[in-house]
Amino acid sequence: MTTPTNKAILAAAFATALAGFAGVAQADDMAKEKCFGVSLAGENDCAAGPGTTCAGTAKVDYQGNSWTLVDAGTCMTIDLPPMADGSARMGSLEALDRDLPMNG
Amino acid sequence: MTHRMAEGFRAALLDASRPVPVGLTDGRGGVAGRRFAIYRNNVAVGLRDALVEGFPTIERLIGTENLQGVAGVFLRQSPPDSPVMFRYGAEFPAFLERFSPLAHLGYLPDAARLDLAMRSAYHAADSVAIAPGALSDLPADTLASARLRLAPSVRLLRSAWPLHDIWRRAHQADAPEPRIVAQDVLIVRPVYDPQPLALPAGGAAFVAAILARATAADALAAALVDTPRFDLTALLSLLISAQAITDVETPQ
Repeated sequence: MTTPTNKAILAAAFATALAGFAGVAQADDMAKEKCFGVSLAGENDCAAGPGTTCAGTAKVDYQGNSWTLVDAGTCMTIDLPPMADGSARMGSLEALDRDLPMNG
Repeated sequence: MTHRMAEGFRAALLDASRPVPVGLTDGRGGVAGRRFAIYRNNVAVGLRDALVEGFPTIERLIGTENLQGVAGVFLRQSPPDSPVMFRYGAEFPAFLERFSPLAHLGYLPDAARLDLAMRSAYHAADSVAIAPGALSDLPADTLASARLRLAPSVRLLRSAWPLHDIWRRAHQADAPEPRIVAQDVLIVRPVYDPQPLALPAGGAAFVAAILARATAADALAAALVDTPRFDLTALLSLLISAQAITDVETPQ
């Protein structure tokens, strides 16, 4: 059921959002023109994923029997407590009382 | 090659401790032992590198060397089921959830989902954004019962982690520390390259409803249940500027 309030919210939100967008369209079109076919080599490959470049295979697979984490990468500088259970769930900057599913 | 030989070949291919399959020859009647060993190595290295390339955020988060090691374990549990390499790794997030050496980095599975979604958005069909006039001309009643259609490249990820902040931290040198907040991410592809955008509160509920073909009014109602102070204007501005709305279906 649609309340009159929601209907009004919808109309106002669309009007405001579209008004904010007017005038941006042209700049965007120009950017598109400029970008056409000129993706930076590295970036493009990266976004496309594996199998889209031809990398050499003269490398060695060091399959170890045990695997340990070496001290490298950005994660070492990210300090976040576990969120798996409700009690450890982070307090948030803004009120956030819902429970987000992990799989979306 | 007999069926039994093929089974042995496949098993030995991913397990270097197994002997070279019996009966394998080099084409001139000689034993193909060393040639098989080279092939076995190339298969593993190729899949390992495909995973490193396909999960750039995980690579930045744990480092190339660590990801190569994890990939070596994963590729033996989940070899590709398709020859299309850019789709490889769909099971990697679930694998990371079970991989105890990395259990302390609880956000890695969601970061891997983000990498997969970015890749899938990249390969999605092209689309043209709806002309803003097609939306602004709609009367309020029509708007309420209209169904917005989103670009095929749009991907929605809901996370209990500051997923967008983590992505920025992984890829941008000047990115701040991730905030302690749950972040839903919308991947859009306004031109050619996918971009992850942090969704405002309630935005994921709205987009999820739209993707499930709900009317604009029903999607708004769902978002308001999720987040009473949901800001529809901010979300619509985000969708319009990201060229994510491609069509609007109105009841006849």
